[in-house]
Amino acid sequence: MTTSPATSGTAIDTLVTVDDVSLSFGSVRALVDVSLHLKRGEITALVGDNGAGKSTLVRCISGIHRPDAGTISLDGREVHFRNPEEAREAGIETVHQNLALVEDLTVWQNLFLNRELVHRFGPFALLDRRGMQRKAQEMVAGLAVNVPAVKSRVRRLSGGQRQAVAICRAAGFSSKLVIMDEPTAALGVQETARVEELILRLRDEGHAVLLISHNFAQVMRLSNHVWVMRAGRCVGGRRTAETTGEEIVALITGAKSA
Amino acid sequence: MTTTATVAAKRDTEPFSHRLKDVGFWAEWAALVGLVLLVIVFGIADPTFLSSGNIQSMLVAAAILTILAVGQTFVIATGGIDLSVASIMTFAAVVFGQTFAAGWPLAACMLAAVVAGLLIGAINGAVIAKGKITDFIVTLGALSFASGAALVLSDGKPVTVINAFLLRLSAGGVGILGWSAIIAAVVAVIAHVVLFRTRFGTHVLATGGSSEAATATGISTARVKIAVYVISGTLAGLGAILLIARVGAAEPASNTSFLLNSVAAVVLGGVSLMGGRATITGPVIGALLLTALTNGLTLLGVSQFYQPVAVGIVVVLAAFLTRFQR
Repeated sequence: MTTSPATSGTAIDTLVTVDDVSLSFGSVRALVDVSLHLKRGEITALVGDNGAGKSTLVRCISGIHRPDAGTISLDGREVHFRNPEEAREAGIETVHQNLALVEDLTVWQNLFLNRELVHRFGPFALLDRRGMQRKAQEMVAGLAVNVPAVKSRVRRLSGGQRQAVAICRAAGFSSKLVIMDEPTAALGVQETARVEELILRLRDEGHAVLLISHNFAQVMRLSNHVWVMRAGRCVGGRRTAETTGEEIVALITGAKSA
Repeated sequence: MTTTATVAAKRDTEPFSHRLKDVGFWAEWAALVGLVLLVIVFGIADPTFLSSGNIQSMLVAAAILTILAVGQTFVIATGGIDLSVASIMTFAAVVFGQTFAAGWPLAACMLAAVVAGLLIGAINGAVIAKGKITDFIVTLGALSFASGAALVLSDGKPVTVINAFLLRLSAGGVGILGWSAIIAAVVAVIAHVVLFRTRFGTHVLATGGSSEAATATGISTARVKIAVYVISGTLAGLGAILLIARVGAAEPASNTSFLLNSVAAVVLGGVSLMGGRATITGPVIGALLLTALTNGLTLLGVSQFYQPVAVGIVVVLAAFLTRFQR
């Protein structure tokens, strides 16, 4: 079932199709003929051991790396991102593991970083601070996580609140795909639960979510589909409802082949 | 996480009297408190300190330092430091002197000085951003290079610059404000608007706060770095014009005290040397404080040898206070 995802993934609700993507760093073959697809309105999990190629694949999709061979399609059209900026413009947002927020800036400044709203005066442009604060308030108000005033500095926020802001930023701005690399790795139990609620809400709003997680319980709880990577290859895909944690582990370790 | 939220909310609404007990509040306003204290102490010790004539001369004396400190603030806000500001000013002054001696019109001389500063700043920024060499080393090299180039270009000799316009620039003004003080104030206001009301300013703070996070959102931190050194160099060029107007000559002598005082003013102003947090009002008040300090000590007849000692103590005290910043 995973050998021809390109053909099986031509359904209308498929957002991203990765087709036979390979990438080598010198003599290291980081990705070997990887093919998979992600659907709109679904949480797709990407699992595998450390060094299996998950992060490399994600970096290809988000424009940091360019594949040596193979194609990536978004909305049925082939895309060739030269940098993360282009991927972001196409609607692919990434929530980084190390929380890419600037601690000394406020919540609203972080939400609008490099996407600031401005008032134009001829050749000059001044920040529309009120507009950004108001919109930031709207963005944050819908969060399940209790985020303090948008005017407070990120430094004052807890880990869960920061992750919520990061997710909020990725989800705003009409993004189609939100990639999350270990979004709850640094969080406590309660905070993890809140962030998971957020991820589910993203899905319900119609975003496609690509979730990288080492937490199997979380993968089984959240995802609709699981892709398994091993040694640079995509070795299998399962509907989460039709598989078990044991089967996924067996695929990851290679005890079972797809 | 709700506790953090309520603490944050409390901070914004708590009564003023509570804030006075908070060390963080004092740390944030260290420069202003210091300035007010100095003014009171010197004002009591010597009534001429608060005479309009002395205030006027203090504001003029603070003008060049203010302009350099504003440039320094932009650099420090990105987590860098510009050790070459004073040398760039010297170099720009020599460029002014040489072009003036060559018979260029005054406007062209002033432009040449500013462009000279801008160019060295651009080289600083490009080497730091593209060559990925530490700010400290690059600007240390530029310090030596610019002061040497100033000596080479002038053959070590000062050029007397006598010009009616420059004379009016240094002596004239509106009321108590000399023209140079007004220029410094305008620079500070523009800098404040740029830092807090433009995308560029936000990107400067983001670059200093977290270079990785800024890059992740697509900000070109290299461009921001180059831009802040260009700003610093250009302002050093502007400072050179005011310096010549004040001294009446373009001297190749180094202005080391300007370098130390520009950094000192920024630190006094509560700007984090780590980058990411900055104000313009802070360093401006810092520059005023340092000027008031040396002026007051002079008025009281304290030997000028003690002035650097006093500056050193004040700066370290201020840096100590910033540890309590929230």
